[in-house]
Amino acid sequence: MDKIIRINMNDLSTSTETVPAAWAGLGGRGLTSTIVAAEVPPTCHALGPNNKLVFAPGLLTGTPAANSGRLSAGAKSPLTGTIKESNAGGTAAQMLARLDIKALIIEGIPKEDKWYSLHVSMEGVAIREETELVGKWNFAVIEAIEARLGKKTGILTIGPAGEMKMTAANISVKDPDSKIRSHGRGGLGAVMGSKKIKFISIDDQGAPKVPIADPEKFKTAARVFAKALMDHPVSGEGLPTYGTNVLVNILNEAGGLPTRNFTAGRFDGADKISGETMHDTIAARGGKVKHGCHAGCIIQCSQVYHDQQGKYVTSGFEYETIWGLGADCCIDNLDDIARADSLMDDIGIDSIETAVMFGVAMEAGILPWGDSKEMLRILTEEIGQGTPLGRILGGGAGSVGKTYGVTRVPVVKNQGIPAYDPRSVKGIGITYATSTMGADHTAGYTIATNILNVGGYVDPLKKDGQVELSRNLQIATAAVDSTGMCIFIAFPALDIPECLPALIDMINARFGISLTGDDVTNLGKHILKVEHQFNIEAGFSNIHDRLPEFFTTETVAPHNAIWDFSGDEIDEFWNF
Amino acid sequence: MQVTVKLFATFRNGRFKVTSQELTEGTGCRTIVLGLGLTEEQIGVVLVNGRHAALDQVLHDRDTLALFPLVGGG
Repeated sequence: MDKIIRINMNDLSTSTETVPAAWAGLGGRGLTSTIVAAEVPPTCHALGPNNKLVFAPGLLTGTPAANSGRLSAGAKSPLTGTIKESNAGGTAAQMLARLDIKALIIEGIPKEDKWYSLHVSMEGVAIREETELVGKWNFAVIEAIEARLGKKTGILTIGPAGEMKMTAANISVKDPDSKIRSHGRGGLGAVMGSKKIKFISIDDQGAPKVPIADPEKFKTAARVFAKALMDHPVSGEGLPTYGTNVLVNILNEAGGLPTRNFTAGRFDGADKISGETMHDTIAARGGKVKHGCHAGCIIQCSQVYHDQQGKYVTSGFEYETIWGLGADCCIDNLDDIARADSLMDDIGIDSIETAVMFGVAMEAGILPWGDSKEMLRILTEEIGQGTPLGRILGGGAGSVGKTYGVTRVPVVKNQGIPAYDPRSVKGIGITYATSTMGADHTAGYTIATNILNVGGYVDPLKKDGQVELSRNLQIATAAVDSTGMCIFIAFPALDIPECLPALIDMINARFGISLTGDDVTNLGKHILKVEHQFNIEAGFSNIHDRLPEFFTTETVAPHNAIWDFSGDEIDEFWNF
Repeated sequence: MQVTVKLFATFRNGRFKVTSQELTEGTGCRTIVLGLGLTEEQIGVVLVNGRHAALDQVLHDRDTLALFPLVGGG
């Protein structure tokens, strides 16, 4: 029977509850946002005792459905001050689902200045004092826990960034190769650190299979769904071959690759950091071009990147990280970007926020443009060690901008703007402005339709149709984020008619219910409205749904594009 | 007229990354695509000077044509 487990860090107690009827149809983001909105006072300090950290696997997580192994983490964000949901792959989500855990809700802050771990198993959740691994970086934590509890243990951990409550800190999730995936955005690692939890270990031994109400119907739908994923050129061929980094070249050609802290739309070194170059480099050095972040992933957009000696450097090496440390910082050395990617995993800091931050830090003169060696030193010796400078940088792009008086600071609601210039790809600008999460490309990925010709085409350089495009995608994404599905299933879902009905059929077969497409759309709308209401009560208004001023005063080459949406035009977004 | 043609992702296999082609005035994108042994169905995105274009768009001297299969990420 599905259950909710509460962990009260105030008095170090746990309790198991049955799932309230109102939460029964929810999973993933829908559930974390509903719980946070219902139980966290919107005006609370995100690092104080009244915030809660919620983990929830998706509705289909733990089933054989392809690409369904994502875990949602939710809380009030210390970075943005808004509600936050961040989802990640790794092994934890499927283990929690098998343990019948619909959500873990972590509340309060311990009275004593001690660190703890949580151990989740068939017996429930045990809170244990932790001394040995305090101060350790993430890869050492994973190695030590595997030695202590076994190789198969699921792990959620924070590195030094989370322990020091840096607002760019992430929560790291062990992947099937004992490497790291991340609940990256919004500083959720700092929330976990505020609750003095160094790591959560998960043992699903003895757990039953996830029950499926109608196995035959599920099997049929799962087959149709998997076929759609394999048939679509993006999920079936592009992503497994080149990874997400295939985007460097197309954004560069389209003039939407933010370069030198968002002062240009093309980068001279783009070819050296592109997905095509990365593919050839990985193949030549004996790495892996294909790799999945969780069991059951058939898209395999990840990869294993080796150095010139053929030694492992990093995996899950994503476009946004490579764009940010690459074009936005004018670094064309992919090996050094890979080293930085691994360091950010080890320190436990969001690779998007940190990459955007480095662009601002370079503009501030903290380090020279393109100086990858100094970037690696700063990560290791300043941020990793928590020096005063490291803490300013670990607070993200907004923090360093404010401290150094930089006016060109690409953030919305204090969260760094990723990878796509909103002046030359206008739909994504609407998403950045209006997302309940602060600037977040995944919240409504208009790049698909603005740039990639997926789900139709809306001209990225014109204002027409962008608000509607972003709205439709944000609604759909909120629903997909509740299923446990990887967001990349959206590419086939936008183009192949059988894909979305098969997804809904799987949910229906899993629970013995009969949702329609409209129900799913309404779920997406409901989630957005719940999140929006939390933000309003936290003190946000339409005035915060705006891009930074410089996008409206500085044009970006090569198209001399500018951000020219009025406030009223942006505010149309919420008319649904 | 001179046109720069750039290929990306799988289109590079057995072809090239970038080349300059001497073409007669009035040549359209489709002619170049077919001349490369690519089919219309294989084409995901066509950019002319960084702007999305249809295959029947006519090219001009010193234009840059970039051709992509359907790709994505994010």
